[in-house]
Amino acid sequence: MSDRIREKLSILADAAKYDVSCSSSGSTRKNDNKGLGDSSASGICHSYTEDGRCVSLLKILLTNHCIYDCAFCVSRKSNDIKRAAFTVDEVVNLTINFYRRNYIEGLFLSSGIFKDADFTMERLLRIVKKLRLEERFNGYIHLKTIPGASPELLSEAGLYADRMSINLEMPTERGLKLLAPDKSHDEVKKPLGFIQNTITKFKDEKKTGLIKSIPKFVPAGQSTQMVIGATPETDMEIMYSANQYYKDYKLKRVYYSGYIPISYDDRMPQIGSQPPLLRENRLYQTDWLMRFYGFEVQELLNPKNPHLDTDIDPKLSWALRNPEQFPVDINTADYRMILRIPGIGTQSALKIIQARKFGKLRSDQLKKIGIAYNRAKFFIRCADSPYQLNDPEPQHIKHLILSESNSKYLKVPQNQLSLF
Amino acid sequence: MVTYVFDGSMEGLLTAIFEYYEYKPGKIQLVWNKHYQPTMLGETHTIINDKAKGERVWNGLKKKMSADWLMKFYRAYLSEVPQTFQDLFDFARYIFDNPKGAEKNFGNPHVMAVSKMNRMVGRERHRFTAFIRFQETADGIFYAPAEPDFNVLPLIANFYKNRFADQKWIIYDIKRKYGLYYDLNTVQTISFEFIQNIDTSKKRLSNDLVSNSEELTSLLWKDYFNSINIPARKNMKLHIQYLPKRYWKYLNEKDDKN
Ligand code: SF4
Repeated sequence: MSDRIREKLSILADAAKYDVSCSSSGSTRKNDNKGLGDSSASGICHSYTEDGRCVSLLKILLTNHCIYDCAFCVSRKSNDIKRAAFTVDEVVNLTINFYRRNYIEGLFLSSGIFKDADFTMERLLRIVKKLRLEERFNGYIHLKTIPGASPELLSEAGLYADRMSINLEMPTERGLKLLAPDKSHDEVKKPLGFIQNTITKFKDEKKTGLIKSIPKFVPAGQSTQMVIGATPETDMEIMYSANQYYKDYKLKRVYYSGYIPISYDDRMPQIGSQPPLLRENRLYQTDWLMRFYGFEVQELLNPKNPHLDTDIDPKLSWALRNPEQFPVDINTADYRMILRIPGIGTQSALKIIQARKFGKLRSDQLKKIGIAYNRAKFFIRCADSPYQLNDPEPQHIKHLILSESNSKYLKVPQNQLSLF
Repeated sequence: MVTYVFDGSMEGLLTAIFEYYEYKPGKIQLVWNKHYQPTMLGETHTIINDKAKGERVWNGLKKKMSADWLMKFYRAYLSEVPQTFQDLFDFARYIFDNPKGAEKNFGNPHVMAVSKMNRMVGRERHRFTAFIRFQETADGIFYAPAEPDFNVLPLIANFYKNRFADQKWIIYDIKRKYGLYYDLNTVQTISFEFIQNIDTSKKRLSNDLVSNSEELTSLLWKDYFNSINIPARKNMKLHIQYLPKRYWKYLNEKDDKN
C-alpha cells in the first residue's frame, strides 16, 4: 500500500517538475471558516531544491498518461516511461497531510490529457472542490487550465483556484508547430481570454456594491510558461511575445524555462547538452525590468540588439548603450531615472528619495543605504562627487566593472562549472 | 561616559531612555547585565524597570513615529543583539531630539542601524514561517522544535494561529527554552515543563510519541523532495544561499544530509 503511493508520487512529481512556476503569492484567501490554511500574500518557499528553486507547492500531475505527443514533453504518448494516476482522494490526502505539517503552501495540480480535455478538467475540478468544500482548505491552489476544456468547467474551476495557468510552451507559434503540430497558440489564447474576462466581470460586479459577497475568482491571476532554447527564437522574439501576453491577458507572470533535453529527437538539443541557464537568467532580468523598473521592452531588445548580452545584465547593457542619459544626479533626479541606474534597486531608490529630503546625499551614505556603489559610481553624481571633465567611454566602464566584479559576471555560470 | 546596565527587557530599555532624559548624563553606554563586566573606569547606573516610565517613552515614540516604525523598533529589539540595544537607545534619542518624520532620514546612522536590524529580524521571522516542520503526536498535537537566531516566536504566533486554526500545535524554541501552544482557541506561552515527556535534544519525536500517519507522511515528503530535483541544473551555491545549513537540522527533507 505505502509502496504504491510512494511510487506514484515519485512518477507524478518527477513529470510535473518541468513546470517551473512554484509561486504561492497573490492570493487573498483568508481562513475565515476556522478551517485549515490561510494564504500569505507574498508567498512562502518552504524549501529549496539543490538547484536553488523554491519549493512552495506540492506540484504533481494527476496522471502522466497523455493522448498527445508533444516532442518537448516527457509525458508524450510515444515516450516509453512508467505511467501512473492518482485517485481524487490520494491527491486530497497528500495535500492536507503535507499542509498540516507546514511542508507546503498548497497544491499545484496539472495533468496529462487522458481521453479528452473535458474529462481531464472535470477530474481536476473534482479535486479542488473536495479540498475547498469538504476539507475546508484555504491554502493556495494553482490549477492548470486544460486546453480545449469547456467554458463551464473553467468558470467553475476559477471559483476554487487561486491561480490558473496554461503554457505557451514555445515562444512563437512557429516554434510550437515545429515540435507539437497538433497544438497552437490559439487554443492557449482562448481560455486565457475567457478567464481574464471572467476575472474582470467579477471585479466589476464587486465595484457596483450591489451584491454583498462576490466569490473570489482566480484571485492570484493567470500565468504562463515558455520553454527556452528548444527552438531557435531570438531573445527579442521571446520577450516581445511575453510582453504581448502581459498586455493582452494581464498575466501575473511569464515563466521562462531553459530546455532540459529529454530525448534524442534531432529537432532539439540532445540529451546531455547543458540547459541554457544563463540565458534564462537574463530573460528573467529583462522581465523584471519591464514589470518593476519602468522599461519598455523595445528599449532593452530591438532589431539592432536582438540578443541580450551574456557578460553583463540587461540594465547595465542599456545604460552603456545610452551614455547620454548619464550621469544622473542622485540629489535631484526623479524616481524613474534613479531606478534606471545600474546598481540601484527599487528599495534603495525609495530610500534615496526619502533620505535626500534631509540634505544632499554623499557617497558614504549611499553605500550605507545599500546600493552597489562600485557599479553605480560610473553613472551618478552625488554631493561629494569629484568634478569630471570628460565622462569615461562606455567600453572603458564595462571593462572596469567586469574586472572588479565577482562570479555573477563570469561568462560561464557557476552551476555549469561545478557539474564536472 | 556613564554605563547604564539593564536586564535586556523592552521595559528596561524604555526605562533607560526615560532616565536618560531625567538626568541628561551626557554620553552613555547601554549594557545588557548578562554581558556586563564591572570595570574601575566610569560611572555605572543600574536601571530598575519601571512600567510607568516605560509606557511614557513608548507613547512618546508613538506620537513621533508611524505604527510601522514602532513595529520596526520592536522587531529590532527582538534581535537581542547587544549592539542593537545601543542602536535603539541612540535611535530613540534621535527621534525625540528632532522634528517629526526624522525616522525617514536613511542618511542617519541610527536610522540605518535600526532599519537594517529590523530587516534581519524580519527575514528570520519569514524563515520561521517557512522552515518549521510539525510532527503529529499520537494525541493529535502538531509539534515543532526550532532554534531561531533571533527571538521570533512572538512574531509568528498569529501567523500559525490563523493558518492552523483547526489543529492543536506547539512551536518550541530550544535555545530560549520556551514555546507557543495553540489549543484551538488561543495561543499561550509555555515553559519546558509543558513538554516534559519530549526529549528536546532529539530533532525527531520517538516512535511511541508520533501518530500512525507520521512516518509515512514524512517519507512521502522526502520522496517528493528528491523527485523534483533536476540534476542538470544543480547549483549548491545557490541552494545554500537560500537554505543556509544551520536550518537543515529541523528540515526532514534534509535528514540524510545532516
Ligand atoms: S499535451 Fe501536455 S502532457 Fe501531453 S504531451 Fe503535450 S505537453 Fe505533455
